Amino acid sequence: MKGSQAFNRQLVWDRLLAIVEDQAQALMRTAFSPVVREAGDLSAGVFDTHGNMLAQAVTGTPGHVNAMAQAVPHFLQVVPISAMKPGDVLITNDPWLATGHLNDFTLVTPTFVNGQVVALFASTSHIADVGGRGFGPDANDVYEEGIRIPIMYLFREGVVNESLIQLVKANVRDPVVAEGDLYSLAACNEFGSQKLIQACEEFGIKRFDEIGNSILKISKEAMQAEINKLAPGTHCYSMNIDGYDRPIHLQCSLTIKQNCIEIDFDGTSPISQYGINVPLPYAEAYACFGVRCLVGNDIPNNAGSLSTISVRASKGSILNAEPPCAVSARHAIGQMLPDVVIGCLSQVLKDQVPCEGASCIWNPVLMNSPIASRNFDAPPFVVNPIFNGGTGARNGKDGLSTTAFPSGVRTTSTEVNEVTSPLIFLKREFLPDTGGPGQFRGGLGQVIEIQHRHRAPFEISKMFERVKHAALGRNGANAGSLGRVYLRDGEEYAGKGKEYIPSGATLVMETPGGGGLGKPTDRDRKLVENDLMEELVSAEQATSVYQFHGSVDKESS
Amino acid sequence: MRTTLAIDIGGTFTDVVLQDSDGIHSTKILTSHQDPSDAVIDGIQKIFENSRSSYEEVSLVLHGTTLATNALIERRGAKTALLTTAGHRDILEMAFENRFEQYDVNIERPRPLVSRKLRIPIEERMNAQGEIFTSLSMESVDRALDAVVRERVESVAIGFLHSYVNDKHERIVADAVRSRLPNIEISLSSEVCPEIREYERLSTTCANAYVLPLMARYLKNLAERLGELGFSCPYLMMTSGGGLTSFDTARRFPIRLVESGPAGGAILAERLATELALDKVLSFDMGGTTAKLCLVDDGHTLLSRSFEVDRVYRFKKGSGLPIRIPVIEMVEIGAGGGSIATVDQLDRVQIGPESAGSNPGPACYGLGGEFATVTDADCLLGRLDEDFFAAGSIKLDREAAVNAVSTHVSNPLGLTNAEAALGIAEIVDENMAAAARSHASEWGKSLNDRTLIAFGGAAPLHAARLMEKMSLARVVIPTHAGVGSAIGFLSAPIAFEVVRSRHMLLSHFDSNLIGDVFDDMREEARSVIITSTVGKTLDETAHAYVRYVGQGHEVSVLLDLNALNADNLREKFEENYISMYGQIIPNADLEVMSWTLNVSAFTDHITNSATLASSTNGMDIDVRELTCVEQSGSKKAKVISRESLEPNFVIEGPVLIVEPHTTTVVPTGFHIQRMDTDHLLLERET
Repeated sequence: MKGSQAFNRQLVWDRLLAIVEDQAQALMRTAFSPVVREAGDLSAGVFDTHGNMLAQAVTGTPGHVNAMAQAVPHFLQVVPISAMKPGDVLITNDPWLATGHLNDFTLVTPTFVNGQVVALFASTSHIADVGGRGFGPDANDVYEEGIRIPIMYLFREGVVNESLIQLVKANVRDPVVAEGDLYSLAACNEFGSQKLIQACEEFGIKRFDEIGNSILKISKEAMQAEINKLAPGTHCYSMNIDGYDRPIHLQCSLTIKQNCIEIDFDGTSPISQYGINVPLPYAEAYACFGVRCLVGNDIPNNAGSLSTISVRASKGSILNAEPPCAVSARHAIGQMLPDVVIGCLSQVLKDQVPCEGASCIWNPVLMNSPIASRNFDAPPFVVNPIFNGGTGARNGKDGLSTTAFPSGVRTTSTEVNEVTSPLIFLKREFLPDTGGPGQFRGGLGQVIEIQHRHRAPFEISKMFERVKHAALGRNGANAGSLGRVYLRDGEEYAGKGKEYIPSGATLVMETPGGGGLGKPTDRDRKLVENDLMEELVSAEQATSVYQFHGSVDKESS
Repeated sequence: MRTTLAIDIGGTFTDVVLQDSDGIHSTKILTSHQDPSDAVIDGIQKIFENSRSSYEEVSLVLHGTTLATNALIERRGAKTALLTTAGHRDILEMAFENRFEQYDVNIERPRPLVSRKLRIPIEERMNAQGEIFTSLSMESVDRALDAVVRERVESVAIGFLHSYVNDKHERIVADAVRSRLPNIEISLSSEVCPEIREYERLSTTCANAYVLPLMARYLKNLAERLGELGFSCPYLMMTSGGGLTSFDTARRFPIRLVESGPAGGAILAERLATELALDKVLSFDMGGTTAKLCLVDDGHTLLSRSFEVDRVYRFKKGSGLPIRIPVIEMVEIGAGGGSIATVDQLDRVQIGPESAGSNPGPACYGLGGEFATVTDADCLLGRLDEDFFAAGSIKLDREAAVNAVSTHVSNPLGLTNAEAALGIAEIVDENMAAAARSHASEWGKSLNDRTLIAFGGAAPLHAARLMEKMSLARVVIPTHAGVGSAIGFLSAPIAFEVVRSRHMLLSHFDSNLIGDVFDDMREEARSVIITSTVGKTLDETAHAYVRYVGQGHEVSVLLDLNALNADNLREKFEENYISMYGQIIPNADLEVMSWTLNVSAFTDHITNSATLASSTNGMDIDVRELTCVEQSGSKKAKVISRESLEPNFVIEGPVLIVEPHTTTVVPTGFHIQRMDTDHLLLERET
């Protein structure tokens, strides 16, 4: 019966999706690094024995997920399926084999049913510190960025590779967190494996080849059908962004063909001498995400749906940086790629696509200054909170204020940040007038003010974007405001690099706003009035930009 | 012999249950959304018509309602202001700064309950240690109160950073509000939810403030109307944590009343588990819009402190407002009789979470519903007797069900109607089974060897297949399965739970700190329940929320306060951790983040749950034959009234057992019997 076969496939598929989601949740609940446990900087997925990703958790962040999809075949080259034994767990943090910087550890675990490997579980999470200069963009090559582990065994037939653990612990600033996170990653793969074994028993599955191939085939065909709805042709878009010491030009051409989309970053700036270079798998991940969030966005992500999109960047480009380039803060550039891809798609999909946004997360690494530890009675600390700017305006809708896009991470609680560090966050609020004015307004950025509770000096490592190049609006709208980093009553800082914050100073960060859509003068007057009343827009901007001449009586509702 | 009345107001139906010397009477009437107490009074009058008891004889009224939940979902609460730490007025709206659906660029977050204009900054600041960093400016309080007056605010929430360590500023501001505006309602974050993490705490506090005036009015009005009828007994409210509380406490913390109906269902499952000596149970409550699944081990549900209300995006986790209150841990998914089936671009059948509700309802109701729902599939599969649905009050239109299923599912997929209907049932059953599996694994539990307890209008229709999917051996369908939640109220304890966030490293175990924290909580909890529990023995349940230092998610550990030390705390934590995550982390220190204390008095109001006094909707049906589509093909199935079943007489499937508010499907390969306790036992042939 045709029906029952199709339903059976759907049941197995749904089960795989549920298992990887549970796997991701287990990782999030057991992780030690705050950006994983609080912010969800992780990914999880299940693969067939050829290394094709069958399902991935929606929890997590696109840069990991799509890059991890390409990582598993590398593992299979080092340890073929035939050599795998129950209890084996493989590991790497190589930026070019996995997800783009040393902080991300990827673990792969084979699942055995009746003595045969039926599938592989992989997971990735960001470990807070991997030694070197610490998480930041200041290194000049990858050797300065910390410990690098080639693909090897973390567990061999159930026995932990104690030498590796000791080596990692000796090379990182927080060995307890690193060790805990390695165990958490291994545990979440095991967790997924056990669920899969149960499912195999229940559905009577001995091999996933047939059902897996059919899942990949259906996903691929569905993506092809979505792509074929778009008019064929090539569309170009470019964007200049801050970079570290000089601006970076991101040049993209997107070609819609029968059954596939080709993205080419030819013409993009070359590698940087700082740690903002992007290994190709990470660039591919975010470029693909730019397409996938608009074309066939409810088709699950797997090797089938992803195979319809190809990404090219020439060697030596900042988007195809090769070893030994420094790559620690590769996200600062990678997260800008969806804006460029979406810019190309805007020529086909018109207003169905969002405008440019803040895009790069603002995740300062805040830590004690070595001087402070000597001269002040202040214990060492390091925190990596995440703040976001505004997203671009959308079709018929304003952008989202202070929301991560394209990254999938969550922010961290101010109270938790203050418990885990001696800092005090005096202010963390929407910043009025930062959303790009338009018929539909860009999302607002925020202002954050930080002091040391004991007035001790501290340090910040910055990997921010859009301090010099704003998120542009479309169709007559204005850009979102620029981000800023400065001392209250003091120095203005660049968006990237490490700074020393002197004793008693207040560090201020303003995250960028999203670009607007349509002419500000076309904005519904009621919405302008509401923005005024809510103090999201100042009276001055309302008058001069929106040409709003009504009055809002603040004394009445 | 006590006479007790239990009332459960749900989204569609209001259930009233009366327990008196004759046993249990029940009735189900449509909820009156305009004034929910109308339906309550109607239901009470209707039920007393068929009983020999009088209003004066009622010694206790137990009540649960979705009113607070609905007010939040429909944004019908009070005009609320939030007085909050200056510099942080956007906590409520910034939320987690994330998108709950990665691949949809057009998502909208749930609207905050308090608009920016009414989130008013107060100059003050505590640091994480609870020390004053910026002293409280009374001038800023005065300015805030000017705005409160000007804006005609009805309810005030006060939520300052780190107030879970030091509530001094919140209290001073509350006093200032009270002295200037004696009649305004006030909710303090340090009272409603004294836990670290400002967004969740303020979200909970604002939700409390938002529903408070409405609930206060409703409770006052209901008490008056009950008084007018002649009731003179105490009234208790059901909370989401499964305990009963006084009207007075309910009025202060109405946010604790959300999900009281589902909590009642879970309590019913707890009692049945105890009564029938079932150590491992999965409670399965399926109504018109959602299905609720809840694990019951050794007669106890799991308790937790996190919950989400108003999930705006397909019931998706993260798309709602976080609420931190004591809740019975259960999983709720958009899978009910009214859930709509559609075919997506991958030719996959999607069920729910959109529901046809009660208006227009499933296509087979014949009220104008066009979409194919789970009930339509059930109708098409012959699982429902068209003439006796909902006690015969709705005549099912089989043709309409066939049309809906063929238009929306069979034709797009090129299947026969029977295949499509079976597919719909399969997918919804799999969705529920998947939710149960995922829920169990999240809590480190297994579904193996559990008994399913099925109640709610749609559950007995799907229980047999669900049990197969989860490889379970038996299902119990309790008496009055259609009004399970209200029956559950009758067995709930009177209880109150208090929480404190006090950080403690296990390596610095401090029994004095623990003693002080629990003394403080004990005093608060007892003061809340004292008037309702005179002469009763009070039980205490204490938990610590523990994690490895540096983790973000705590594991709850049951404490024995009389024999507590660092070693046994670690031992219990590791035991729970292994069952949840498989392995412990060697050499890592532990930290306790929060402590909770639940003080309760056991008050089982049910004398004999099984006694059927009279059916308020007397059914006297004939044995008929229906065509029942199963996976193996069509079979003839008898239709038998539940009341006509002889105790302990085993009937082989296929057969349908009908009662006023539900139907139990017994497929081929299953058998059913009425137990001595009058509950039905459905088992698989082995």
